[in-house]
Amino acid sequence: MKQCQGSLGTPEQAQKLKEVIEQSRSTPGCLMHILQEAQAIYGYLPLPVQKTIAEGLNISLSEVYGVATFYSQFSLNPKGKYRISVCLGTACYVKGSEKILQEVESELGIKCGECTQDGLFSLDSCRCVGACGLAPVMTVNEDVHGRLKPEMVKGILDSYRRKEV
Amino acid sequence: MNIKEIDAIRAKKKALIDVRRVVREQGEKLAKQTGYRKQVLVCGGTGCTSSHSMKVIEQLEKSLKEFKLDDVLIVKTGCFGLCSLGPIMIVYPEGAFYAQMTPEHAKTVVEKHLVKGGALLKELLYQGTVAEDGTIIPFAETPFYKKQMRIALRNCGVIAPEDIEEALAAGDYSALEKVLTSMSPDDVINEVSASGLRGRGGAGFPTGRKWSFAKASQSDVKYVVCNADEGDPGAFMDRSVLEGDPHSVLEAMAIAGYAIGAHQGYIYVRAEYPVAVHRLQIALEQARKYGLLGKNILGLGFEFDIEIRLGAGAFVCGEETALLTSIEGHRGEPRPRPPFPAVKGLFGKPTIINNVETWANINPIINNGAAWFASIGTQTSSGTKVFALGGKITNVGLVEVPMGTTLREIVEEIGGGIPGGKKFKAAQTGGPSGGCIPAQCIDTPIDYDSLVAIGSMMGSGGMIILDEDDCMVDISKFYLEFTADESCGKCTPCRIGTKRLLQLLTKITEGKGEPEDLVKIEELASHMKQSSLCALGQSAPNPILSTLRYFRQEYVDHIEKKHCEAGVCKALLTYSIDPQKCRGCTLCARNCPTHAITGKVREAHVIDKDICIKCGVCMANCKFGAVVRN
Repeated sequence: MKQCQGSLGTPEQAQKLKEVIEQSRSTPGCLMHILQEAQAIYGYLPLPVQKTIAEGLNISLSEVYGVATFYSQFSLNPKGKYRISVCLGTACYVKGSEKILQEVESELGIKCGECTQDGLFSLDSCRCVGACGLAPVMTVNEDVHGRLKPEMVKGILDSYRRKEV
Repeated sequence: MNIKEIDAIRAKKKALIDVRRVVREQGEKLAKQTGYRKQVLVCGGTGCTSSHSMKVIEQLEKSLKEFKLDDVLIVKTGCFGLCSLGPIMIVYPEGAFYAQMTPEHAKTVVEKHLVKGGALLKELLYQGTVAEDGTIIPFAETPFYKKQMRIALRNCGVIAPEDIEEALAAGDYSALEKVLTSMSPDDVINEVSASGLRGRGGAGFPTGRKWSFAKASQSDVKYVVCNADEGDPGAFMDRSVLEGDPHSVLEAMAIAGYAIGAHQGYIYVRAEYPVAVHRLQIALEQARKYGLLGKNILGLGFEFDIEIRLGAGAFVCGEETALLTSIEGHRGEPRPRPPFPAVKGLFGKPTIINNVETWANINPIINNGAAWFASIGTQTSSGTKVFALGGKITNVGLVEVPMGTTLREIVEEIGGGIPGGKKFKAAQTGGPSGGCIPAQCIDTPIDYDSLVAIGSMMGSGGMIILDEDDCMVDISKFYLEFTADESCGKCTPCRIGTKRLLQLLTKITEGKGEPEDLVKIEELASHMKQSSLCALGQSAPNPILSTLRYFRQEYVDHIEKKHCEAGVCKALLTYSIDPQKCRGCTLCARNCPTHAITGKVREAHVIDKDICIKCGVCMANCKFGAVVRN
């Protein structure tokens, strides 16, 4: 995912955003859909993007901002190339997912909700990905890692680091 | 397509599906009609794909090609239920239940079992299906499946959800056909009412009554909504239905549309469920192509279509009015009721909103009749309930049991008991809105009313089993953290109340609790229950109240003795080394992350309590049981 450059990113990104707004603007209740698409284009929802959406739909920026900050899926900050999400759903929690989260935090040197300085990893927690049979679980982008033990964390992170060398 | 064309598809694929539903001998006869000597069903649900069942399918395809076995059919299905043994693969007609498959295992199964004249591989089967004398027990006869009754999950793990022809052959859309050809809208509502079906989302409101309110509301436009925002952590029933049999939901929504006079439906589904969303999209496209949704359904003149709306990770959107606000594109905040959605719902129009599992029950009710459905379950709760069984239980997975089944049957028989010989402590049902069923209530028959009577609630069906190592104060705190985080902030009792309750609980788990804290908790909880705007706030205190009811002594121990019996609340723990047992092997000292342990080789070691962070690594590593936790 390319990071946002300038106010609306690359010309292709700006064009895509414009198309998404055009296609959906007449559908009732389209704001969430547009924000989801915009986040898919930019990886997050920078302020200029929110402004463009507000203008495109002829609604106030505060309304767009209100929706963007209400739902946990939307992010106002860039995410890492590898988005780590440790499940803190009940089934994972009772099987020790908090220890997994602590291990990832200490291994990456960041707190939950933050992104590493090199932009490689960002860390979040989530509530249940529905793979309770594998508890405790964490996801890295679309990969699911299950039946985790704290000592497995380093090896998993290393497997992504190796992809970058 | 018209009814005749649909019937032709059903007839063509019927034997294929029946092979998977009958006993072995009949299956072998039936298999001859299908053109496939063997069928290999592999679970493609989120549980099994997370443990790489797609790689198993890839390997199967490759190996089958290698051995030129073109009379073996691979079917990617939804969830079989026994998620802890995933990836699961079942071979028909023999019904061989292979568990924890790897690509290597798949290769072996092709080489030794699926080839002509092959025999099943006992060592790779789910060992619960291999009797002591070596004979194979049909998996339907194993304790996990025996006590279950699959109505909502009837097609999950049986059909390929991405193939509408298999869904048709398994009976999907037959109820829609019956409704459109031989029933009036009132007949439909009467049938659903008479069945006694109650909403499976948690509150248990009678479905038929909801529909009749929406029908009675006068409006040119009405809507039908499916609540697939399954936000309760540890619950995955709805996800499994959507992944395993999405057409059952589409069909039921069309039936409701006919009953109340609506032509548009919406499915609001969590974006965290990519597999379910993908299957729904495929199902919608196929249903439109086959004339089962759209302008002229089955050529009978009825019009109904459905749109998918993705959620964006807000628990409160599972509350019906918040969900409707979210579909409208706003912050998902609840609205006061009345007016109820059946009167003034989506975009201000009369709307019925039911959850996925409720919808999945409609087809069998229409086809088999209300009396049949009402005969299952208990007096006030008819039918079955799907539970997502998780936590400290051997058979983690999805189970569907008749209402009135006892918790003991679910935990000890279906669930296979608690692993590691630990003691059952409680079952948590209803997630952040529910409560705990303690060991002394293990024989309670589970239905809507009996659960409320013992201070819990049915909820959507998440059931987390807790053992002696779980601290009930900590579990309450876990749920409060969740609700405080997810409170939308619209009403004060919930926004501030959840925060204050969480503060009090944190204080107790950190060893700073005072006796009057329990009084404060109970008072605050009662205010929140009475004055919060929606069910999220009204039920947020439930996890505390129910644990206080059955495990009050644990709270008192935390406050007065500063002691956590389960050994979970770190601030209350101290680790020490028993000098009698310590052999001075230095293993603990070498593994201690904060170098809090000192001692010479072959001499007793000591933990410096000021440096110790109570991580428990020493205890886990000690081979002599010398580390003591108090």
